[in-house]
Parts: sequence; structure tokens; C-alpha cells
Amino acid sequence: MRIEVDPDRCAGSGMCALTDPEVFDQSDDDGTVVLLNPTPTGHEREAREAAHLCPAGAIKVIE
Amino acid sequence: MTETLYPELPTTRSSPLDPPAELGVLRETEPISRLAFPDGTLGWLVTSHALAREVLADNRFSNRAELQHSPIRAGGKPIPQQPPAKPGMFINMDGQEHAKYRRLLTGQFTVRRMNQLIPRIEAIVRDHLADVRAQGPGVDLVEAFALPVPSMVICELLGVSYEERESFQRNTKALFTLTKEFAEIRAAFERIEDFVADLVRRKHDEPGDDMLTGLIQTGELTDEEVANMGLLLLVAGHETTANMLGIGTLTLLGHPEQLAALKADPSLIDNTVEELMRYLSIVQFGASRVALEDVELGGVTVKAGEPVSISVMAANRDPAKFDRPEEFDIHRPATGHVAFGHGVHQCLGQQLARIEMRVGFNALFREFPDLRLAVPASEVPMRDDMAIYGVHKLPVTFS
Ligand code: SF4
Repeated sequence: MRIEVDPDRCAGSGMCALTDPEVFDQSDDDGTVVLLNPTPTGHEREAREAAHLCPAGAIKVIE
Repeated sequence: MTETLYPELPTTRSSPLDPPAELGVLRETEPISRLAFPDGTLGWLVTSHALAREVLADNRFSNRAELQHSPIRAGGKPIPQQPPAKPGMFINMDGQEHAKYRRLLTGQFTVRRMNQLIPRIEAIVRDHLADVRAQGPGVDLVEAFALPVPSMVICELLGVSYEERESFQRNTKALFTLTKEFAEIRAAFERIEDFVADLVRRKHDEPGDDMLTGLIQTGELTDEEVANMGLLLLVAGHETTANMLGIGTLTLLGHPEQLAALKADPSLIDNTVEELMRYLSIVQFGASRVALEDVELGGVTVKAGEPVSISVMAANRDPAKFDRPEEFDIHRPATGHVAFGHGVHQCLGQQLARIEMRVGFNALFREFPDLRLAVPASEVPMRDDMAIYGVHKLPVTFS
């Protein structure tokens, strides 16, 4: 599994960082998503959940 | 498909913690149904979780102020259509215009920043619980705890001196009171506008370590823009969380086995907060959008210009998304609820709200392990007359 994020679409809601802080973070400047680990082995379920919860469709999971 | 026309949004509840039963029937039969809006416009009502998410995430549905039609009345009369959003009032803007303003704030509301506020929020909660104890059994938990805690937190964040809270608390309450004539609501709004405009002027002379000062210092915004952004945070930041603390406490007290589980394992608090959000859905008549073009949705065509009322409370009780949705269960996975909305307008302050609730509920039940209602549950006055649902008062007792 691989994750892609699009900070341009991000609305800074923080759902990703809340769901899995080991995979997602938010920038201190504008709160947009920062991807810490694009291939998060062992965190697949959380990554899918984050993509589902993201209100702005900014997270893509490529299986 | 037979199409029923609903003459008005169902608003009558048969029991205080449940949405109007009619909404559940609609969700089964016609999750997007024809709704007549009070101003005479024909639009739609969405009641399923899937369609609610679809509308809220779709940029072809607008949140611009001047396009909206309210699904509810004020003082029994239709609410007049509104002028375009003033500069900075980004909740009622679309696209790039909305994103520009929101971006200036999102960095202030990250999960990390909000976590850093925990010690301060704990201190505020502690002070107010001491106050509850000092007032003794019979105290109204809304007045002594639920309202002042989020109020004080947002005041500190924005740099509003807490002594000034009384006037904006009163005016914010008026904003959400549906029994008031629209002119009265408008006047209350204007009083808050004046208050924040004055505050921004003062911040030029006395800058502080707060968000309003921070927004001024970006140098990218006019005073009017800063004031309107501040107004939005001030109004959104306390009524909502305050009512969750009030009605959330009532809900937990009404489910003793759930409350016992939470007390036995305070780490259940994160899940408890999500479940309270889902179960209660206090933004009882939201959200609303307007189609910018013809959009196919759930088997119908929503025509350009037609308003869509999205029932968050119906969506959050959708059995297709949540098992046994009518049950309050703090162990269930409740994430994915739309109580904070969805799409680019999803609540900016949601991480702050979560923390205030987590800290607030845990501290309340730790400090008062035998907290109980001081009146029969049937006598707790519910906020049927307010846009944000909750309890008007919550008299409690303890030893
Ligand atoms: S959940 Fe989506 S919108 Fe929210 S911060 Fe993460 S990427 Fe951005």
C-alpha cells in the first residue's frame, strides 16, 4: 500500500493526524497535511480510515 | 418513484435525545426527498449518511450566503435571504475565497496545537468545578460549568478579556433563538459585530499573544476581515461545545451502565466523545447547501439554484453506517459521524471541541463521582427552540 496526499486540497481539519499520528502530521504554518510515511506497513487500516475520514478528499490510498 | 412533497422540515421530537421519528422514516423510503422551504422555494431534504457526505464534499453545492434558503423559521416567519458574506466571513464563501481565509487559521487549530492547550483547559475546568462545589447541590451545571468553560477558552485564544463575555454570551444566545423575530436576531448579530470591530481596533494599540493579534500581524488582512473571522470563531466556539457539555452530561447520567464503564476506564473518553457527538448531533437543523448547477444525486436531479437541507441528525442515526444507531454505546466505533460536517467547511474548531469535552467530562465525573440530577429527567428543559440543541438548565446534586 502507498499513500499520496494533496496539501492543496487539504482543509486542515486534522482528522488524519488524529487518526494516525505516526503516519500523518500537520504543518505548523497552515495546518495542512504532512505525510510522515507513504508506505506505512502495519498501519494499513488506520491509513484507509484516514483517507475515508478526510473531509476534503486530500488523501489517496493506492493498494 | 413516488415523490412526496414535505411541507416543512420535521422538527418535533418524541423523546428528548432522539431526532424526529419522521426523519428516520424518510431515510428508509426517500433519503433525498422534496422539501418546501418556509420562503416558498422548492428544494430537497437529505437524510442518509452516504448522501449527506456526498453533498457536503461536492463543490457543486455552494455555501454562499446570498444563495441560501433557511429550512426553519425565526419567530414563526420565513427568514429573509441574506446579502453576500462580508469580507472574512468565510463560512459563507466557496472555493478559493473560502480557502484563503481558512488557511490563515488552520495552522492555529492543528491537533498538536490543541494538545498543547490541555494543561490550560484542565486548569479552567478545575476552577469551574470548584465553583460548582462551592455553589452546592442544586447548582445549574450549564451556568456554572458547561457554558463558562468553552467561553473562557475561546476568549483566551482570541484575546477577549473574560469580563466582556457576558454581553457576547447573551447576544450569541439570541442569534440561535428561533422564537425571536429575525430583526431581533439581526440586531444581536450587529451588536457582536460592533464588539469585535472595537476589539480589533484596540489590538492595534495593545497587541497580545492571541489569534486576533496574530491575524492583524499577518499584514494580509483588513481590520474588517480580521473582525469577521474573529466573530465567527467567537460565536462558533462556545455555544456548540457548551451545549455538548450540558446535554452530554444528561445523556451519560441517563445511561448509568455506560457512565460506570467510562468511570472505570477513563481512556474510553475519546470514543465516548465521538459517540456523544454522533448520538446527539446538536446542530439540529443543519447543514444547508445550494446547487450551482444541475446535479444527479441519489437518483434525482437537483436543479441549479435549488436548496438542499442536510439533516445531520438523521445521517448520524443511519443504520447503513452505524449498527444499532438508536443505542447510545460508548464502545462502538462512532468515527465517521457528520456532526462536525464534512467537506471543506468541516468544523475548523473540532479538535479544540474534542479536547474541551474530553477534559471536561472526565474531570466532572472524577470530581463528582456520585453526580446525579437534582430534578426528574422529564423536568430538564430542552432547547427545542434553539438552532443548537441541548439543555437550557441542568440542575445537579452530589455529596
Ligand atoms: S484529514 Fe484531510 S483535510 Fe484534514 S488535515 Fe488531513 S489531509 Fe487535511
